[in-house]
Amino acid sequence: MNNIQRILWLLVLAGSLLSLQAQESKAVQGTFALTNARIETVSQGVVNGTLVIRNGKIEALGANVKAPADAKVIDCTGKTIYPGFIDGGTQVGLYEVGSIEVTIDDAEVGDFTPHMQALTAVNPNSVVIPVTRVNGVTTVLTMPSGNVLPGSAALISLHGYTPEQMYAGFKGLVLEFPTTARPGRFDTRSEEDLKKDTEKRLKKLNDIWDEARQYAKIDSAFRAGGGEAPAYYPEMAALVPAVLGQATVLIEVNVSSDIEAAIKWVEEHKVKAVFTGVSEGWRVADKLAKARIPVITGPVLGLPTREYDRYDKAYANAGLMLKAGVKVALRTNEARNVRNLPFHAGFAAAYGMGQEAALRAITLTPAEIFGVADRMGSLEVGKDATLIVASGDPFEPKTQISEVFIRGWKMPLDNRQTRLNDEFLQRDPGVKK
Amino acid sequence: MKNSIIFLFLGLAALLLPAQAPKGSVIVRNGTVLTITQGIKEKTDVLIVDGKIKQIGTGLKAPAGTPEIDATGMYVMPGIIDAHSHLGLDAINEGTQPVTAEVSTGDAINPFDIAIYHALAGGVTISHAMHGSANAIGGECETIKHRYGETNPSLLKMEGAPRTIKFALGENPIRVHGIGTQIQPRTRMGVEMVIRNALSEAKNYDAALQKYQAEKKTNPAALPPTYNRQHETLAGVLRGEVLIHCHSYRADEILMLMNVCKDFGIKKICFQHVNEGFKVAPELAQFGASASVFSDWWAYKFEVYYSTAYNASILTRNGVVTSINSDDDELTRHLYHEAAKTQRYGGLTDDEALRLITLNPAIQLGIENRTGSIETGKDGDLVIFKNHPLSVYAIPQMTLIDGIVRFDVNKNPDDMRLLINPDEKLLPLIYRRDQDDHCLDDIQLNENK
Repeated sequence: MNNIQRILWLLVLAGSLLSLQAQESKAVQGTFALTNARIETVSQGVVNGTLVIRNGKIEALGANVKAPADAKVIDCTGKTIYPGFIDGGTQVGLYEVGSIEVTIDDAEVGDFTPHMQALTAVNPNSVVIPVTRVNGVTTVLTMPSGNVLPGSAALISLHGYTPEQMYAGFKGLVLEFPTTARPGRFDTRSEEDLKKDTEKRLKKLNDIWDEARQYAKIDSAFRAGGGEAPAYYPEMAALVPAVLGQATVLIEVNVSSDIEAAIKWVEEHKVKAVFTGVSEGWRVADKLAKARIPVITGPVLGLPTREYDRYDKAYANAGLMLKAGVKVALRTNEARNVRNLPFHAGFAAAYGMGQEAALRAITLTPAEIFGVADRMGSLEVGKDATLIVASGDPFEPKTQISEVFIRGWKMPLDNRQTRLNDEFLQRDPGVKK
Repeated sequence: MKNSIIFLFLGLAALLLPAQAPKGSVIVRNGTVLTITQGIKEKTDVLIVDGKIKQIGTGLKAPAGTPEIDATGMYVMPGIIDAHSHLGLDAINEGTQPVTAEVSTGDAINPFDIAIYHALAGGVTISHAMHGSANAIGGECETIKHRYGETNPSLLKMEGAPRTIKFALGENPIRVHGIGTQIQPRTRMGVEMVIRNALSEAKNYDAALQKYQAEKKTNPAALPPTYNRQHETLAGVLRGEVLIHCHSYRADEILMLMNVCKDFGIKKICFQHVNEGFKVAPELAQFGASASVFSDWWAYKFEVYYSTAYNASILTRNGVVTSINSDDDELTRHLYHEAAKTQRYGGLTDDEALRLITLNPAIQLGIENRTGSIETGKDGDLVIFKNHPLSVYAIPQMTLIDGIVRFDVNKNPDDMRLLINPDEKLLPLIYRRDQDDHCLDDIQLNENK
């Protein structure tokens, strides 16, 4: 090899190294073998061995599985693989900068806007998304809010360049159940006005629901070939699957008396319901269990709802409901710090839920509630390869997450916050010009 | 308001009593003692006598009748200190003009605030009850001990703690004054000048005062300058008697205030929130300024959009005395967890992480000689944890202030209110919370959106 050849060879090598580095900030798809791992399947206990990812799915996992010849091997000695975490209620993608209203898309104007679709407004390039997924949160429900029927929430995967690519197979109509309580001290309505307002809202909800039933009748008759087409009425059209009991309704309800009223309402209207929020669920846990309505509760890191309640009730709520027999998933109800979901789970675990149940509450349980457990929520052959590799218990702040896979894509672990760290940890120049 | 009348009477009654915070004696046996300054001491006793740490060691003998707490298998650490809080206050912002150095949060302490108890249940023994950030120069703040159960507001004040004052830069004073009422400051240029003007006036006032005091010796007819409490307080800032705690976010405004301080000979300053502190960490370290930050709050407004959860670790690694604060009644309850996040974001050691909520905030409040570590002679402020405080599974078991147990996970009833309003049937519920600094609480913004 002459010198020129050597230099050219070095240049090629340098070029390929550079391109490899460039790839690090982009997701990579391929066949991967995660070897020597402790695999926390969630559905079938812990397995020690290898997990193979191919075509976006888990191709194999177990003690006797060998890494395929074409697979990129990632040695996971001393590490544990977990299913990606699912946050059962967020505003990710709808919410960028808190004080700048034009960057916030979760609440539309109007009393009833059930035809709004959260998925439409999800910004796939939100700075929040890469910051969230490095802590192991791979899938979130993103929710509209603001009025009694603010629209439909959507389950999204935290990888994709269009909302359609991110969509993870579940939409649910959000219903904010009229509440009899003040949301905070800033609310200075008299008790009488408060009651009147609540009754008014409930009546309006019932009127709308009745109207939607009528609309559904006309609509199904028309579809069956009889009668006239219903007039264009997108609000009503959006409610049809819900009033027919076919689509899931996510009912935001927190105060114990409201929870009881909502249980009654669900039974009367034969709605396929999931309760969200449920911060006073512990007070009526038996009734929730009896009604067999699943619950997505959180934030766990919260204050007690009433000044006279024990200081740790928000931490303990999820565990108390679970103990009573309620199906419980967790949420952060956050936009910017959804990355704290594993810490919310950790607090729930510490205050009575237990580590195993808390892990289920951010993996398989929400997947079941959203009807997507055939694809995610646990590590099983044939499910999506949406998983993380952690140096230890992922609820512990000290633990480091070394790999995040979403549907088989190996995700980059850098984001704006880590890049700022890279640049400024040892700033150059320092104090001198 | 009936409440106000009750408070008024309680306040008047309080004036007649000698203000002396109760102190206790206790021995905490056989715990893993995280001293902060002298490493970890396994199976060690801590003896507190009359509110002060008397002895640390194994098999200690306590004076007869000293109550014992068995901390076997538990972790014992110094009381957690929150350098930025608004709990226990009836008022936060005197947001009526850009400079209000004449007011003090110490005049608005509410000993009945349940948030004080909630903080205790999270191991927090001291908080810095701050004025808000509506004004470029806000009011004086009060360092309070969480002596929940005492109903005399003055008994919550930490006797002997240095005076502190709130300054504020950036969006908040601009929104309240420039945008809200069309007076300076409308820009970060204006914020600088409002502060420079106020400090210059105080300097002149102080000079006139000193001139008068000198003249008085020879001339009994000498006249003092007209009393001005605003100038008095700011003269205290210039003399180094009142510590500046400045609400700030962006790198440029942090540099600006350090330049102002240099020009006025002010040496001690703690930047609060300071989400972009990491960008000017070498400058902060060189100046000797300290930083009190959130663990991970960001993007609640534009000036915190370019934040990083690595802020505390970058500042620490660059030699800046850094603390983690809450600015929030909920967040303050798990500052131990917030400190632990620096281990995920930046890999701080246990010792470095624990300092962020103990010794470092103590230094920032000027109370490091009395608190922030478990050392002989310091105040008997301790927290006992089940599981290591930096673990997500940590649960505070007991919180002691001046040797008195103020929180006990096994003994307290659920309802810990001190004041119950019989007229209030429907209680307000808090089930929605936004992560935002609370420095604009009390303020009705007058913005055209």
